[in-house]
Amino acid sequence: MIDEIIEEEISPPAEPGFWKESWYQLTRNRAAMAGLVIIAVFALMAIFAPLVAPKDPLIQTISARLTAPFTDGYILGTDDLGRDLLSRIIYGGRISLIIGVVSVGISLVLGVVLGITAGYFGGWVDRVIMRIIDIMLAFPYILLTIVIVAILGPSLMNAMVAIGISQMPRYARVIRASVLAEREQDYVLAERSLGTNNLELMFRTILPNALSTTIVQATLGVGEAILSSAGLSFLGLGAQPPTPEWGLMIASSKQFITSAWWVVTLPGIAILLAVLGFNLLGDGLRDILDPRLRD
Amino acid sequence: MTDTATAAAATRTGELLGIDNLSVSFHTRRGVVKAVRNLNLNIREGETLALVGESGCGKSVTAHAITRLVPMPPGVIESGIIRFRGTDLLSLPEKEMRALRGSKISMIFQEPMTSLNPVFTVGAQIAEVFITHEKLGKKEAFARAAELLNLVKIPDPVKRAKSYPHQLSGGMRQRAMIAMALASPEPGLMIADEPTTALDVTIQAQILQLLSELKERVGMALLLITHDMGVVAETADRVAVMYAGRKVEDAPVVDLFANPRHPYTAGLLGCQCSAPSNRNAARLTSINGSVPDLLTLGEGCPFANRCDNVKDECMESFPDISKAGEEHEFRCHNPIPGPGASI
Repeated sequence: MIDEIIEEEISPPAEPGFWKESWYQLTRNRAAMAGLVIIAVFALMAIFAPLVAPKDPLIQTISARLTAPFTDGYILGTDDLGRDLLSRIIYGGRISLIIGVVSVGISLVLGVVLGITAGYFGGWVDRVIMRIIDIMLAFPYILLTIVIVAILGPSLMNAMVAIGISQMPRYARVIRASVLAEREQDYVLAERSLGTNNLELMFRTILPNALSTTIVQATLGVGEAILSSAGLSFLGLGAQPPTPEWGLMIASSKQFITSAWWVVTLPGIAILLAVLGFNLLGDGLRDILDPRLRD
Repeated sequence: MTDTATAAAATRTGELLGIDNLSVSFHTRRGVVKAVRNLNLNIREGETLALVGESGCGKSVTAHAITRLVPMPPGVIESGIIRFRGTDLLSLPEKEMRALRGSKISMIFQEPMTSLNPVFTVGAQIAEVFITHEKLGKKEAFARAAELLNLVKIPDPVKRAKSYPHQLSGGMRQRAMIAMALASPEPGLMIADEPTTALDVTIQAQILQLLSELKERVGMALLLITHDMGVVAETADRVAVMYAGRKVEDAPVVDLFANPRHPYTAGLLGCQCSAPSNRNAARLTSINGSVPDLLTLGEGCPFANRCDNVKDECMESFPDISKAGEEHEFRCHNPIPGPGASI
């Protein structure tokens, strides 16, 4: 008799998993898809830069200085040293994407470890970590980054570390907040009652549940990191010439803004598009992954 | 009594779990909440003990104290010994306690909806227990998980093992929780904290029957926490009734239902729809008043303010244990007369 009732209790045929379902939702969100396409185009251009770029980004053709776009075979013109602007923007995408991803990676790792430790253990551990985070948040973001670069010395790697460190506090805060909510859930107690230790509970049980808001934030963070690194390079604290980095390209040609608009404007548009792409995707992911909008 | 003497006594009676004089409080900003006071309890190998009482009477805290999952702070275990097969759990190092959890003592919880981790498949969660305690490989652990799902009568277990919790119904999730609790080489004690409260009635019966079957099959003891006397009658061997942190009566199930001695036990039985007094009644009987605030509890009997049989001394002191038979104990100054007296 029991078995008969169980037959009726069978759930509908297996639904797609969480990630499959999220992907489906993403494909239905136009803005997010637009963002994803932009990012994909930049990423492909960055990966296949040597194949895509029409010229070497470092070769100077003095005779063709400040050529306007669409003349003499320079699709986007040349800069003040006669380097092909399109090729420099394509190669610059490599650096900008790497900066975005690496610095967000650095802040994610730091932020997750600190946030989860603070949220899970609570008490004085929480208080000490969160006060340090508060102090870091009290500094203006760009100022903190500049200070860290100034200490470490100006280079691309140090710029990434600096951006990573100064972006870390917000990840730590968000992770801590979600961990505080998740650790009270029944499944955490249930898993503890099965003999799971603290480290496993923190990183295996709670973290995957606390991560969805952070994925959104990280996506938005990549755009911001690209922007910050452009800013740092503009100030001479990030990439060093002749590296084709977007911010640096703007900085080194700012005196031509009235005479040769394309030299300044086109790298700026590249920054704008890349950041826009990440922001669109991030906003879309927020709608899809927001736990409040999920059943 | 010395330790060796208690251990000897334990083996003589086949004791699996013995709780002596357990007191648990919570130190909150409003004051000290005495959640469990001077509790004595014992469970024999293979036995089902039902722990019964209203919400907030200390049932769950007792269960959490056994597995040492009482959140500390604010929880404090003020006194007591919890013996599991002769070893005191309260003085065990955390590491050894962790090894015991999920292998010899396991728990299932009230809310099957929230007691499974939403981001992992059911199979992976059960397999995890094998990986933790038996150091099995992933594949083997998964196969064992599917076997267990079969044991708890989930149809198509291999496929279900790959399902996420939200894809299962409440009854199936509770079965999966039970499977998880069984995922050990030699389960000795399963603590079921209101396992059927969140399920609808038809599923309740199935889950209870499943628990009883598994108990026989695996040879484990069951501590069943519930407030449903119907559940007690169906599954328990013995019943302990708790009220406001105190155990007020403890008896074999037949004895308790036939001759409740404590007015509170009688009240609980009278609240059932099927109770004789409710057969033709227009309204169901209830116990007047509500559970006292555990913050302001005095030395008297906690039930005094709701009791029909209350006497002056009930306000002053909590009564000692009285015996109404070999295994029937209660604590009341003015008990309901036993079968001999009532005729």
